[in-house]
Amino acid sequence: MSKRLADVFVRCKAENRAALVGYLTAGDPDVTSSRELLLALADNCDILEIGMPFSDPMADGPVIQAASERALAAGAHIDDVFALTRAVRDAHPEIGIVLMGYANVPYAMGFETFAEKASSAGADAVLIVDIPPEEGHICDAALKKHNLDRILLLSPTSPDDRIKLACENGSGFIYYVSLTGITGADMGNMESIRSKVAHIQALSARASNHMPVCVGFGVKTPEQATQVAQFADGVVVGSHFVSRIAENSDHDSMRSAMLTAANHMRQALNSGVSGDNI
Amino acid sequence: MSSLPEHNDFAAMYNLEITHAPDAGGHFGRFGGRFAAETLMQPLKEIEEAFFDAWNDDAFHAERLALLENYVGRATPLYHAERLSKQNGGAQIYLKREDLTHTGAHKINNTIGQGLLARRMGKKHVIAETGAGQHGVATATVAAMFGMSCDIYMGREDMARQMPNVLRMRLLGANVIPVDSGTATLKDAVNEALRNWVATCEDTFYIFGTAAGPHPYPLLVRQFHTVIGQEARAQILKQAGRLPDVAVACVGGGSNAMGLLHPFRDDASVKLVAVEAAGYGLTTGKHAASLAAGKAGILHGNLTYLLEDDEGQVQGTHSISAGLDYPGIGPELAFMLEQGRLTLDAATDAEAMTALQTLTRSEGIIPALESSHALAAGARIAKAMQPDQIVIINLSGRGDKDMDSVFKHMGWLEDAS
Ligand SMILES: Cc1ncc(COP(=O)(O)O)c(C=O)c1O
Repeated sequence: MSKRLADVFVRCKAENRAALVGYLTAGDPDVTSSRELLLALADNCDILEIGMPFSDPMADGPVIQAASERALAAGAHIDDVFALTRAVRDAHPEIGIVLMGYANVPYAMGFETFAEKASSAGADAVLIVDIPPEEGHICDAALKKHNLDRILLLSPTSPDDRIKLACENGSGFIYYVSLTGITGADMGNMESIRSKVAHIQALSARASNHMPVCVGFGVKTPEQATQVAQFADGVVVGSHFVSRIAENSDHDSMRSAMLTAANHMRQALNSGVSGDNI
Repeated sequence: MSSLPEHNDFAAMYNLEITHAPDAGGHFGRFGGRFAAETLMQPLKEIEEAFFDAWNDDAFHAERLALLENYVGRATPLYHAERLSKQNGGAQIYLKREDLTHTGAHKINNTIGQGLLARRMGKKHVIAETGAGQHGVATATVAAMFGMSCDIYMGREDMARQMPNVLRMRLLGANVIPVDSGTATLKDAVNEALRNWVATCEDTFYIFGTAAGPHPYPLLVRQFHTVIGQEARAQILKQAGRLPDVAVACVGGGSNAMGLLHPFRDDASVKLVAVEAAGYGLTTGKHAASLAAGKAGILHGNLTYLLEDDEGQVQGTHSISAGLDYPGIGPELAFMLEQGRLTLDAATDAEAMTALQTLTRSEGIIPALESSHALAAGARIAKAMQPDQIVIINLSGRGDKDMDSVFKHMGWLEDAS
């Protein structure tokens, strides 16, 4: 696991709280504003997921789809994603940074070049929604060479053999998708999420590569975040933050809405208790 | 495979052996695979297992083939288009009449197969994407016949140009859901269907409409369509006493192409031709010719040829035919092309429109605009050949759904577009 990501979870555990993982799409609504928004969010997050805009975001709901569309329409390029990553890294030497997106963008660049650029921009890990462990042959060597963790997803439909596959092939942390659905959908039943996460943690503890489990897709309110934080090592919040961009028309109000939203989430986690799972 | 129950000259026509199978992960060489979100990995595996289980079950084939015979109307004729051949000059043109199937296009071969699989898996609800609406109609038809509820995702732009099919789907009891995202055409309908399926996979079967998508769809769709080529092969041997020199099909995603071409794959003397939509022309950038003008990329669950920009953003496409208006292509066709077993061709909007009129006037058959691309290229190829040679063209569908576009093109309707 990347030292930085490992340290994040150790630090959070020491503070007796779950990690806050925030997501924004890079370049949304334009590259200049995006820089400010990412920095504003980063102030309150332990890990930042930086979305790479894609024309066909198949696993995303309307909120993050719109973010990709805004970013691409405003002319965001993959090199902007790296530049924004660099800006966050420079401002926050200790934050964890995960580049998140779809396979075709890094594939078009070539995974070797992509991994090299991502790593030198300061990213710690990569999460590609549509590259399951079975297809890791196209990217694993390049990511490994450049010391990038590969975050793998698990979902309510993942049986034990897939949980083991993710534990063996992933690194950094496990991203548990709390619902069968797309980003931004309504959260599923908290009790079933809790028991699935506990099950994954138990299987992960038995694997050679013991990873923290973060829970995302659908966490929209500080109350939900607090509930998830009772049992997860990290809470991922995406659409809720991205909505602050869609709901505001000017740069300043976007930024202040982002700060407020991130602050509320952070407060919720600070006051909650963390899982005792690492 | 043991033999099928009693009856059956009809069933005897079909070879149920799976040849040129992909590897266990669904890869055809470097193409294909299962590039899907984690939530879909298990449902896809379950479909794969159900498919192989069904394919090894004589009872499944007995029911499938009986439906193809008595409901779909197979075998479809292989028709020697003598007037067209004479008028065109060169080789003899034979048409594989998929336009004569129930619902009017080859698509139903696949939806019967997947509908039976859905039922076998206990699913009561099916979803599908559609471009031209033919796959949507074929899915809605099978859903009605099997008593399943049905949602069809269709780009809003395609709904406008294929309105008769939209209304047919509604009449059949399907819920047609307009898709406004992206370019509001077929690729976006696939995105939206996938988004729905991620949320509903437990009780919903996704009837995928072409030989693309994540494993096992390319294999499964191909297998359900091989009836086309297997019939054509037997029919031409009977009618002409020999194999064709060339077999031609249009390609959107590749289902009618794989259906016709796959059974000729091991006949080295038969040239296999895939015809892409050249839109306004391959040099204009406004076309849907993924193999001719694209490069390898990953979309909709598989690695294949894609029309995309330098940074991997998938590009909008253009074709007069909604069914070919797709930036990707089935992975097996990409593989066959790189292997040298596939010859590429293309036809423009204008060529397809002319071919439609030519066939209509010479033979009294009104083809779909998709199939008209195969006709345009096929006639061009035939023309350069000898009269004792044979070209089989897949007439994948009938033109009824396209009449509005054609009438506008002829200037017979106001609002020419
Ligand atoms: C009549 C007809 N032919 C061809 C196609 C193209 O699809 P495929 O490449 O899967 O055969 C369509 C798709 O809608 C169609 O309706």
